[in-house]
Amino acid sequence: MIDRDTVEHVARLARLALTEEERERFAEQLGRILEYADRLSALPLDDVPPTSHALPMTNVLRDDAVAPSLPRDEVLAQAPARRDGFFVVPRVFDEG
Amino acid sequence: MATPAGAPRTVVGLEIHVQLLTASKMFCGCAVSFGAPPNTLVCPVCLGLPGALPVLNRRAVDLGLRTALALGCRIHPRSQFHRKNYFYPDLPKNYQISQYEYAGHPPLATGGALEIVTEGARRLVRIRRVHLEEDTGRLVHAEGASGSLVDFNRSGVPLMEIVTEPDLRSPAEAREFLTALRRLLQFAEVSSGRMEEGTLRCDANVSLVGDDGVPGIRTEVKNMNSIRAVERALAYEVARQAEARRRGEAVVQETRHWDERRGVTFGSRSKEEAQDYRYFPEPDLVPLEVDEAWLERVRASLPELPAARRDRLMAAFGLGGADADRLTASPAMARFFEETVAAFPDARVVANWLVGEVAAYLNEHGTEIDAITLTPRRLADLLRLIEDGTLSGRLAKEILVAMIKDDLDAVAVVEARGLRQISDEAALGRIVEEVLAAHPGPVADVRAGKDRALGFLVGQVMKATGGRANPEAVNRLLRERVGS
Ligand SMILES: [Zn+2]
Repeated sequence: MIDRDTVEHVARLARLALTEEERERFAEQLGRILEYADRLSALPLDDVPPTSHALPMTNVLRDDAVAPSLPRDEVLAQAPARRDGFFVVPRVFDEG
Repeated sequence: MATPAGAPRTVVGLEIHVQLLTASKMFCGCAVSFGAPPNTLVCPVCLGLPGALPVLNRRAVDLGLRTALALGCRIHPRSQFHRKNYFYPDLPKNYQISQYEYAGHPPLATGGALEIVTEGARRLVRIRRVHLEEDTGRLVHAEGASGSLVDFNRSGVPLMEIVTEPDLRSPAEAREFLTALRRLLQFAEVSSGRMEEGTLRCDANVSLVGDDGVPGIRTEVKNMNSIRAVERALAYEVARQAEARRRGEAVVQETRHWDERRGVTFGSRSKEEAQDYRYFPEPDLVPLEVDEAWLERVRASLPELPAARRDRLMAAFGLGGADADRLTASPAMARFFEETVAAFPDARVVANWLVGEVAAYLNEHGTEIDAITLTPRRLADLLRLIEDGTLSGRLAKEILVAMIKDDLDAVAVVEARGLRQISDEAALGRIVEEVLAAHPGPVADVRAGKDRALGFLVGQVMKATGGRANPEAVNRLLRERVGS
């Protein structure tokens, strides 16, 4: 089972505002997903390395060559707010 | 640094971000260029637009491997990339592609060490890991604006992170380490390594260990824009923690920012909470495998590193260790030295001028050898003018400064200022006669065997010629005419 505090923590990390009803529903649904994953723990997998990719491929690389970037007008046209060639975002107070 | 009995021991570890010398970004073909108009070097990949796929820059991997080799790291035959998830307006994808380290997932390289010289002794500082990642965009806080501005030109620029073990024992050692690392990165042609321009960035973890051996709480210091700032910020932070310890107050585990102007560190006002980046393997990038053949290619491409260059300069040119150290402070200085010697083969003289007059000029003006107008050929020409007696050493020093300031050849400065040494014996003889006539007292003293008086007369001739007389010729002429 997953408790509502955990759901709240995950929601905050994802910047999601959940209602009380959603918190309860997601706690139940996420709990079921985790229970399903827990079934793997019953298997003897100590010698199996974790799988990170399904494809048996490595080293997909590109040469260090410059390619054209996008026209700025086109880039900024997608943004809700822009100024002097910059994207405008809500003021950040943290010194980051 | 000698630790007084009972004083807490300082423990410092550094996290260094290095911008790699590539033409294009880590995962897309946008150019890496400083100072381009905002948002002109962006594409779907580095803007994090849906569906865009990253492709790893081979050159960035090569430069990471170069560094790992130069630091004597263990290079892992297989590594991979991870997503580091967090929200910040300069991070368009809401995750940064980096290399996390956990069981079965090593970063590019681990282990290794870099030698520093501290208190006259050589000591190894251990390197914990070297990994590759991408840079974020840049936030601009415009005065009086209702929002913050974002430029994504820097988003996706190739970075390498180097993490040390907590082996540094003082702010001065941190400075020595950064200086040595920057030198290594520059010689290996991995990075321009300029903290002032942000191509080298350093965060520091610092704590104190008491008499009882119990480590104190650690703080992370950020926002230092020069090696000097790192040393100052650490000195401040060490003193602050020591003072808290003395008063029996607790040090809070937090990130502190260095304020260069006020010379203090200050804690973030925002409430600190445990970071939870929810790392997971980046599904859009397949694993990286580095085999022996690849490593061999990188090894073969590795330029001569500082220690080897220093040893070679000592052996080939008979230089002392101190001079060789200073001539290998940067690859630009080492190159300048060797190119000057190619044109003026007296290496000792060249070394003296570079670590003496030229270094003094660079220090005084806070600049670098590759940022001034002096060239190896110009310096060689100047040294030749001293050698053939056209210039005295004292005049040459003045001329050197004028050459640099006015972007001129030595000969041009000599001609423009009428500074050519007076070697015409007749002309010099006339000046000597005038000086003798004007100072009968000292002349009598010289005749009486007082050599100090001769020095006075030489000085008078030099003064009368504006320093343009050859001191040896003046000495000889004076002795002849005084008849001593
Ligand atoms: Zn791009």
